Amino acid sequence: MSGWRRHRGRAVGLPLEGIDTDQLIPARFMSAPRADGYGRFLLHDLRVDPNGTPLPDFPLNRQPDASVLVVRRNFGGGSSREAAVYALQDFGIRAVIGSSFGDIFAGNAINNGLLPAQVSDAAATALLDALGDGTADVAIDLENGTIVLAGMTVTFTLDPVRRTKLINGWDDIDLTASLAEEIRAFRGRDATARPWAVPDAGPGAT
Amino acid sequence: MTVPARTLFDKLWDAHVVHRRDDGATLLWVDRHLVHEGAHHAFRKLDARGLPVAAPELTTAVVDHYAPTRDRRAGGATPAIRGMIETLTANAHRHGIRLIGLNDRRQGIVHVVGPEQGLTLPGLLITCGDSHTSTHGAFGAFAFGIGATEVAHVLASQTIWQVKPKRMRITVDGALPPGTTAKDMALSWIARLGADGARGHAIEYAGSAVRALSMDGRMTLCNLSIEGGARCGLIAPDDTTIDYVAGRPLAPRGPAWDQALAAWADLVSDAAAVFDRDIGLDAADVAPTVTWGTSPDQALPITATLPGADAPESARAALDYMGLSPGRPIAGTPVDQVFIGSCTNARIEDLRAAAAILAGRKAAVGGLVSPGSMLVKQQAEEEGLDRIFIEAGLDWVASGCSMCVGMNGDLVPPGHRCASTTNRNFRGRQGPGARTHLMSPAMVAAAALTGALTDVRPLLAERGAR
Repeated sequence: MSGWRRHRGRAVGLPLEGIDTDQLIPARFMSAPRADGYGRFLLHDLRVDPNGTPLPDFPLNRQPDASVLVVRRNFGGGSSREAAVYALQDFGIRAVIGSSFGDIFAGNAINNGLLPAQVSDAAATALLDALGDGTADVAIDLENGTIVLAGMTVTFTLDPVRRTKLINGWDDIDLTASLAEEIRAFRGRDATARPWAVPDAGPGAT
Repeated sequence: MTVPARTLFDKLWDAHVVHRRDDGATLLWVDRHLVHEGAHHAFRKLDARGLPVAAPELTTAVVDHYAPTRDRRAGGATPAIRGMIETLTANAHRHGIRLIGLNDRRQGIVHVVGPEQGLTLPGLLITCGDSHTSTHGAFGAFAFGIGATEVAHVLASQTIWQVKPKRMRITVDGALPPGTTAKDMALSWIARLGADGARGHAIEYAGSAVRALSMDGRMTLCNLSIEGGARCGLIAPDDTTIDYVAGRPLAPRGPAWDQALAAWADLVSDAAAVFDRDIGLDAADVAPTVTWGTSPDQALPITATLPGADAPESARAALDYMGLSPGRPIAGTPVDQVFIGSCTNARIEDLRAAAAILAGRKAAVGGLVSPGSMLVKQQAEEEGLDRIFIEAGLDWVASGCSMCVGMNGDLVPPGHRCASTTNRNFRGRQGPGARTHLMSPAMVAAAALTGALTDVRPLLAERGAR
């Protein structure tokens, strides 16, 4: 995964709260291989009618080139499905700006290079008002924690650990591999301290 | 030097720290990793790097999300569904992982099977690529759901990076009134604090009403922690916990059991421990609760009326999706079908509670009863509960996630209203256009019986009087 510091793109507003991961990608699409692309599944049942025709008024259909989504409170709550991030990413979204994010979703987003930018309720509303039904150029600076949109500069919060990871594009498996010796040492100590913590610990177990 | 007072969560955290970075990111040891069919992305990531599973003996694969609940001979409802189950099975065999497969007599929902088999123990750190992993916190374990990249990381290293969440305590004192359950307790706090009310926090449930819950009830309570946005929920282990765990197939035995008991005795928040947030609830205030909207915090007592026309836009949009009129009483809303199942409420006590309402009666609407595991199903059949459900007119089927998430093909049709013992009333969760009302198993049974959302308490009183 490659890291990034700045992004310039087009922002579109989706002025809804509580967009859960079941809406981001309905469960029935999750057996598809990632290689086929998940963008077509994004917000499927809100964005596409039951016959499979995209709804012309839906923001992401009006502006399919958008790379930044502005939403309200509690985006990405619910299921741990990382496919919700894949759907956003494969649709071309690089950042979601909202006033709160589901915990597991936010972690998954960072692991895939997608920014969950947390702003105040007031800032989210101001950005959504500025966007209305249209779009606007947006510039995001990860290091400064700023979003510039329609002449407004808004600051966002992101845990420093997550910010660093996003900027460096760190892969946790590689990072952890460098700690293999510490993991081995922990395991050795733990086997003595907590012999009961492994399954099949006693005779007669199956 | 005095030892600082620690919460139960602090103790669990400290016991698993492998490495702490200066910025606070901490590498934690994982005692149990549970995987299901959804792990296909993670196994592919592992394969792309040519990595083995670091600790197959600490990893267990369970077929649940796509498990067919009716005919299992075909191995799945569609080729894609069959493929998901076959892929998990193949990955488990290839990596030497313990597999509880589709035709295993222990098969069931991973969060029911783990505790049932004694994989889930107090003091452990448990991860699974499923948000309802919080269920296992009922045993005093630190258990939380993770995404596919993290699943791959745990497979590759048996560790996980975390930033320590804040600590929150929800204390429920007093006695739950008749006709109310752990489900009502959970929906009550979520309705009060919001679906993101516990975001960034590890919740410890405490108080006399929590202590009085059985393990099945505690699992329901902890299961729903994620619906309030928490990282995890947990309850300090006590005699109820130990009685449940003792003798389970994979639980410690002999000297290891004695060592475990000694270690578990310390799994309690110190009296002087400070929580970042402390919330109190009076159990006497808990009523049979149902959700009316499309988020679990949109919940009210069955005796309440729906939000009015002056409600916020999000509430009005939810009522519109649900096909409900503002300001009307919730009770009496007709339902099309019921579902009794899921990791939230499909353990034996849940089935007994529903059967107690339905015994000897005919349901006004149809529905599905899918036990939490095949062992729960077997026990229910030994107790004759299957006959009660079947004679009432409900379908008694095999175990899996089933109609909670619809991945196996068990779906609520568009526009249909389902009274459900599950955990999410999200738009389309049970199928495109499906309308879900969450409630306790007894309340679902009452809805089945009357064909409408109904207060179970008069029915219970009637049953008690017989």
